[in-house]
Amino acid sequence: MASHGIKDQVAIVGMGCTPFGEHWNKGTDDLLIDAAEETFASAGIDKDAVDAYWLGTAMSGMSGMALARPLQLHHKPVTHVENFCATASEAIRNAAYAVASGAYDTAMAIGVEKVKDSGYQGLVGAAKTPTDGTGRTLTAAAMFAMCAPGYGKKYGVDEEQMREVLARIAWKNHYNGARNSRAQFKKEVSMETITNAPLMAGGLGVYDCSGVADGSAAAIIVRAEDAHEYTDKPIYIKALALVAGNCSGNADPAYDYTTFPEIAATGRDAYAQAGVTNPREQLAMAEVHDCFTPAELLIYEDLQFAERGTAWKEVLNGTFDLKGDMPVNPDGGLKSFGHPVGASGLRMMFEAWLQLRHEAPEERTIGNDRPLALTHNLGGYPGEMVSFVSILGRELG
Amino acid sequence: MRGIISAAGYVPFRRLERADIAKTFGSGGGKGTRSVASYDEDTTTLGVEAARLARRSTPDGTEIGALWFSTANPAYLDKNNASAIHAALRLDAAVGAADFGGALRSGVSALRTALDGNGCIMTVSSDMRGGLPTSADESQGGDGAAAIVVGSDANGPVIAEYLGAASATEEFIERWRAPGSDRSRAWEERFGEVKYAPLAEQAWNGALKAAELSPDQVDRLIVTGMHARAVRGIAGRLGASKAATAEDLAATVGNTGTAHAALLLTNALETSEAGQVIALVVLADGVTVLLFRTTDAIAAYRPTRSVATQVANGGALAYGKFLSWRGQVTLEPPRRPEPDRISASVSGRSEEWKYAFVGSRDHESGELHLPPARVSRVGDAVDSMDPAPMSEIEGTIALFTVDRIAFSLSPPITFAVVDFDGGGRHPVELTDVDVDALQIGDRVEMTFRKLFTADDIHNYFWKARPVRS
Repeated sequence: MASHGIKDQVAIVGMGCTPFGEHWNKGTDDLLIDAAEETFASAGIDKDAVDAYWLGTAMSGMSGMALARPLQLHHKPVTHVENFCATASEAIRNAAYAVASGAYDTAMAIGVEKVKDSGYQGLVGAAKTPTDGTGRTLTAAAMFAMCAPGYGKKYGVDEEQMREVLARIAWKNHYNGARNSRAQFKKEVSMETITNAPLMAGGLGVYDCSGVADGSAAAIIVRAEDAHEYTDKPIYIKALALVAGNCSGNADPAYDYTTFPEIAATGRDAYAQAGVTNPREQLAMAEVHDCFTPAELLIYEDLQFAERGTAWKEVLNGTFDLKGDMPVNPDGGLKSFGHPVGASGLRMMFEAWLQLRHEAPEERTIGNDRPLALTHNLGGYPGEMVSFVSILGRELG
Repeated sequence: MRGIISAAGYVPFRRLERADIAKTFGSGGGKGTRSVASYDEDTTTLGVEAARLARRSTPDGTEIGALWFSTANPAYLDKNNASAIHAALRLDAAVGAADFGGALRSGVSALRTALDGNGCIMTVSSDMRGGLPTSADESQGGDGAAAIVVGSDANGPVIAEYLGAASATEEFIERWRAPGSDRSRAWEERFGEVKYAPLAEQAWNGALKAAELSPDQVDRLIVTGMHARAVRGIAGRLGASKAATAEDLAATVGNTGTAHAALLLTNALETSEAGQVIALVVLADGVTVLLFRTTDAIAAYRPTRSVATQVANGGALAYGKFLSWRGQVTLEPPRRPEPDRISASVSGRSEEWKYAFVGSRDHESGELHLPPARVSRVGDAVDSMDPAPMSEIEGTIALFTVDRIAFSLSPPITFAVVDFDGGGRHPVELTDVDVDALQIGDRVEMTFRKLFTADDIHNYFWKARPVRS
């Protein structure tokens, strides 16, 4: 019984990512075609050269035909996967394992979500499973809002300090997003604006919450030994870790909303798979799931970027800024990109792909040249979540 | 001896200042307050709360044999509303549950039928009264419920012996309401006053004769009915001493219609000593008179939460909120999807959880599971659980949050992570709460509420509210 991982067995040789935003003039099919075509071009192949496809979408389609039809794939295996907001990460995880197994030479993972057609604010779940009506009706914003007072109480961060820390996280991500042409929100936002924004849930204002956007992103996976047939700068998969929580957090009196145990577990698993012993020293950057600012704060500690109880100080010190010691969400994160549920995980990898290959624009280039990057993608709520961590690298070994 | 074993009233938390009505519309209103059921309460949930309090005041050995529910404002037609109360109390399937629906008179009629009958019967009466803005029904009405457990010595100590009853019935058009209408209508006042007077005299004399009592032996006189002028007139003409006139809760609660007779009777019992004669005179399409004498057992009787305590623990409600809760005005909802109707079969499978808030406890690890589970979170035992009824267990708020964007019948939603006494945690929605006063560490108790209605199906479940007494 072990999580061996597939370090250095497969590589990403092409990626694409549509702009994220309110695509009133593009449907799910358009977004899939745009992301797929960019990705095929990136790898220098066409759709027939891909042996198998994994489609991630949580609410914009059912079955593999949701991809086979718009792309007009000819007798290809297409698997539809869904794992909450970690759906796109789940797609690449399965595609990577399929190639590593030897079943296929080439696979595509593609994620998409068309969120803005619902007519409602925020994310609207697609599941229509009949229920007894006793389930929680809270929004994710309200659930994550509980982490801020939980953390503050435990580590002695008063309300005013916490407000500044959370605003600083939002400020950083918008600063980065302002330097990204694909982002939904491409403007810097002042600390004052963030702090004084209308409240959405608990102490969280509008700028503490990620936006809602449509988008799609994709990757082509091949065996590592074949990678240079496609590109001089392949990105190797070092680790893929996933946990689906048992939803015990909200029933456990010992749970204090200052950590996400599922995330800590995926972090440990991923570091073991990749042989990472000191993430803060070894990782060039991380893309993490900043659905709400308190989530990003807790993730720093769960993924060992900071000691327990210290991340809030590191935020204020600028550790996680674009040119900081450990840049987090250099592309602007969910804060700047919005969150098309089935696409975000691959959008995160797209930033790692750009930064590790030195293809990020000058104004968004991180301040170190370490060879590893991490992406973290979660789905669910404090106490009950799916968590995914990948580690990618530009060198073998 | 047959009579009353226990009784409880339920007065919802919110109070409307009647003066606010005139401030808004320039007319209507009056002095004092009226009680207002929360946006998530209906006559069934009010009935559940009264029934829970009555059961907690009932001796452990007393087994309820039947549950009778009366209201003039039923949550469902066709479907039996008493069944939801039965489920919330987790009564055995063999215990009967029946609605005495429709008329204001059904409350006192069910009580009299139980007193004249056999076995141990819980009678629950409940109502929400209102009318068009500025109407007397709106300002003078109230919302509330009462539950009275009727039985004989064999069922438990009788705190008030049933001495006898009489009624006088006559068909006349005095107050009426068509099904589905949000307002009652009434004939001009003098007509009802004239019609009620002889009927009251007839029933009063009949009941006193049956009980072999004279009017001056009555220690507590309760006269109630929706016709305020007839009630006032008759109360003064029955021959009881002026000092015997019981509190009518008009200044604080308002008239709770179908429930008011039992609510006032409960209030009288809670303030009576042994050996006192209580007369209950109810004007509703005729007159019904019930007579009781409190017994020595009342000295040892301890109500779980008295009517007076609840009257004293009200919270203010803005008139605009009142109007929106009653559907008289429609407020802009959050731009979120409205909930789908619940599934009958899923609800049926989870009846114990949904209606009675019963979790499960792993008898190996002792870990409480809310909702109940088959596989234990601790120790991983499979199918090793016992039912864990949690509806009467209080808890403490570990964390809470206010959700301004989620769908609610009255936004915003306040949610708390609650740690229950004796172990166990569950995130629950809070109700009857003023958010600004809420703090981590506050004590809460569970309360049966209606979360929403979709496709005319009411979705009942439990919320938590601050402990106020």
